[in-house]
Amino acid sequence: MPSVNHVSPHRGDVVLLVGTMKGLFVLRSDAKRKRWETGGPYTIGSPVYAAALDQRQGRHRLWWSQQSFRWGTVLNSSDDFGQTSTQPETYSVKFPAESGVALKNIWQICVGPDDQPDTLYCGVEPSALFASHDGGTTWSLVQGLFNHPHRAQWTPGGGGMCLHTIVPHATDRKKMIVAMSTGGAYRTLDGGATWEARNQGVRAEFMPDKYPEFGQCVHKIVHNPAKPDRYFLQNHWGLYRSDDGADSWTDIANGVPSDFGFSMVAHPHDPDTVYIIPIESDEYRCTPEGKLRVYRTRNAGASWEPLTRGLPQKNALETILRDCLAADTLDPAGIYFGTRSGKVYGSADEGKTWQLILEGLPPVVCVKAAAVTSGEKSPSRPKARAAKTKSAKPAKPAAQSKQARRR
Amino acid sequence: MPVTFRIPSYLAGFAGNSNAVSLPGSPVTVQGALTALWERCPALRDRIVDEQGQVRQHVNIFVGNESIRFANGLETPVPDDAEILIVPAVSGG
Repeated sequence: MPSVNHVSPHRGDVVLLVGTMKGLFVLRSDAKRKRWETGGPYTIGSPVYAAALDQRQGRHRLWWSQQSFRWGTVLNSSDDFGQTSTQPETYSVKFPAESGVALKNIWQICVGPDDQPDTLYCGVEPSALFASHDGGTTWSLVQGLFNHPHRAQWTPGGGGMCLHTIVPHATDRKKMIVAMSTGGAYRTLDGGATWEARNQGVRAEFMPDKYPEFGQCVHKIVHNPAKPDRYFLQNHWGLYRSDDGADSWTDIANGVPSDFGFSMVAHPHDPDTVYIIPIESDEYRCTPEGKLRVYRTRNAGASWEPLTRGLPQKNALETILRDCLAADTLDPAGIYFGTRSGKVYGSADEGKTWQLILEGLPPVVCVKAAAVTSGEKSPSRPKARAAKTKSAKPAKPAAQSKQARRR
Repeated sequence: MPVTFRIPSYLAGFAGNSNAVSLPGSPVTVQGALTALWERCPALRDRIVDEQGQVRQHVNIFVGNESIRFANGLETPVPDDAEILIVPAVSGG
């Protein structure tokens, strides 16, 4: 067994939660995001497809799924970034007996809004949504979605039949969008009691009817709370934006080398800015031309620009999966991604320049980033070091950012 | 007559740090023996069977040398003084 390291993030630090096929790693840096410490691996040997950090009400509770092909899938938590964690006697996320199905994996853990501090959601395989309203102690199946008449026609994608994306509306607590592969996007307007497919305009390349009501293989949906009814969507083939709360979708694949891909993340402050990592075709599923390029739009998809400085542009046959692209909330925002080849890259300047943070990991299947907002501040640095870094421009808290003021 | 479960090392921590659990009584079937095992060691249940009560795909249960998959599943009879082995399957990646 490998040795397990621990990190102790403080307020003002940034943490990366890196879920791999062989366990969870927790990376920590100060706000400069240049030097990283690595904690983990936690739950060694188990795929970790989902992770989240709950910082509401002063918590710093780490959640992650632990899938064991032998012993099933369990939801773990830790209040000290993995040093100690729960070993739940019974699994908390389970289908009810009358459902007739059994949990295969947890693909997404979504922390609810700040004004619902005990609400969390899990998206699972087979495709279903679970909710907890007691801080993750107990979970219940969202029956309105599970009983949807379309469910019998949802089919597995390459990774399994999973509900992988959960996007609560920024202001309306009864609205939420989820996405599944395959099945597409579904929206509730009544707190989960009823759901409607919301895929109008999204292409299903693999279906006889290219624009069906449902059945699309949506890989990721993101949004920025500043524009609560605008969403961006990375499809199995296709890039889309909706400005009407997902009622309709418009193709925005303007100038990208491939509109196939898995990952997508919204800029934390600018609602016109989104990042993707194009992948060449669903046959090949590697970065086009052997170039590892993050693409960014700053005009809501009217055009995209490649971000390559610091990323390999030769022989980089990489695959970046759907939950492996993340952003922190500092200003300038940090952007991060993990590859199936076990590398983690990061940018502390919104994608302008990149650094290889860590390599040699097992295949990366999820990356989450967060600025630590609770707890004690990092200890003061030695004087000499402080002097050395004096000229460096420190990252500003998001609340003071230009973009935040503009909002 | 009692039955004895042999517990794999990974799960021993959920069985009082023991690789063997002996249960009194005379369960007729594997299902009955497992029900008694859950009462003694409740944390084992979700790890060995799914929420539908089915033995997980990559877990094998033997009564003596006989895999219940090739016998009568959870209805496989349990003879007196039986030893029931819970064994992780040779699978994975």
